[in-house]
Amino acid sequence: MPHESAPVPLHTRRTHFDPADDLRRLTADGPVTRVSLAPGAGGEPLWLVTGHEEVRRVLGDHTRFSTRRRFGSREPAGGDGERPDEGVGLLMDYDPPEHTRLRKMLTPEFTVRRMRRLQPRIEAIVAERLDIMERAGHPADLAELFASAIPGPVLCELIGVPRDDRDDFLRRCHAHLATGRGRQERTAAGSAFTRYLAALVARQRKNPDDGFLGMLVRDHGGDFTDKELRGICVLLMLAGLDNISGMLGLGALALLESPDQLALVRDDPAALDRAVEELLRYLSVPHAPTPRTAVEDITLGGRLIRAGDTVVCSIPLANRDPHLTADPDRLDLTREPVPHVAFGHGIHHCIGAALARMELRIAYTALLRRFPGLRLAVPAQDVAFRVRSTAYGVERLPVTW
Amino acid sequence: MEVHVDRGRCAGSGLCMSYVPAVFDQSEDDGKVLLKAARPEPGTAAAVRGAAARCPAGAITLSGRDAPGGTDTRGR
Repeated sequence: MPHESAPVPLHTRRTHFDPADDLRRLTADGPVTRVSLAPGAGGEPLWLVTGHEEVRRVLGDHTRFSTRRRFGSREPAGGDGERPDEGVGLLMDYDPPEHTRLRKMLTPEFTVRRMRRLQPRIEAIVAERLDIMERAGHPADLAELFASAIPGPVLCELIGVPRDDRDDFLRRCHAHLATGRGRQERTAAGSAFTRYLAALVARQRKNPDDGFLGMLVRDHGGDFTDKELRGICVLLMLAGLDNISGMLGLGALALLESPDQLALVRDDPAALDRAVEELLRYLSVPHAPTPRTAVEDITLGGRLIRAGDTVVCSIPLANRDPHLTADPDRLDLTREPVPHVAFGHGIHHCIGAALARMELRIAYTALLRRFPGLRLAVPAQDVAFRVRSTAYGVERLPVTW
Repeated sequence: MEVHVDRGRCAGSGLCMSYVPAVFDQSEDDGKVLLKAARPEPGTAAAVRGAAARCPAGAITLSGRDAPGGTDTRGR
């Protein structure tokens, strides 16, 4: 875990819904800036890309911007393609051809139609959480009871974790992910999580069901190693927990702070698709995709990036680029959807984007329907934000109805 | 307007199909784009341009008279 008193890295700093002023000032120097993300705390300077067009160029060019080498203390993968154990199956850290091989097998499991089959289950999960919130009475913490409580069970549903195992599974998963980021050491809970995944994979190998793991084993059984199947489950949890809880909590807050905008979607569920796209753009919950390493010397945004340099793309700044849309700092739920990069861009574009969109649509709709009088129970400036996470979000969100 | 899709580039997001189901589909076999109408109805031109601009892989390109429309469809 990062030390509490360590400075928040520059590219993750925010003020309420906006990129923080010191982060935003960088855009004055052009769309590509040489910075240290943790000033004073060491770490090599790197390139921060803040322009929408330039971010799309970096993320869209996997031959010249590799995701293979991570910045900081992470070792690059061996030249023979061998990877450290804990990175196996994590697609965002792979380049082609390894990436192509895994992604090709996974993509059919994430089609829009296949995700729609999960819709009734997601609706049931959301309704259950709203029941719990209603029973708890107000004021209630929407972050704990709604935003953080929904993505876990949805991912369990996707992966095919039996209902009785879910609480344990999610508890171990959180413990695993908290210690698993960039660390060699594993806690007992982390090992227990890996053991559970191993048992789940073994069961599906023997007796595949209609769930995600079962389908993968049935369609591509011999092409995946057990380690890869476990890694893919970890990848889904890594990508799906904080990002969705961040979007649910921040999105609810953004709607509550703009009652006229809230009325637009509450009274017209058909407007919600567009509203979800705008919330994804405006809130830009993931701070940055996996850092890229320049494979050769490249000129980008007028700056010369040298082979071996690290390049970080700022999602919030790219999505607030004035070249992308007019008045980008205004939340406008009626806005014609723009090509935002909240799910990334190029070959690493979020494989679960269709699931995320559906989940957000279902959850916002149900929340506004269940609590038409929903409002903040504290002044907006007292809301606590989650600042030390790969995805922005609220820490607590007291509401009443 | 003529629509071209590059299935080799497609990242399988299904976004195009969600926006313009009359023109784009998503294969159940490989999750990639399927073109249902290479010459879409003029009424869908704006939506098709939007789908091309939003494609996360830059896999949709447009040609023909009403293709550019001020939108960069090359995906980069």
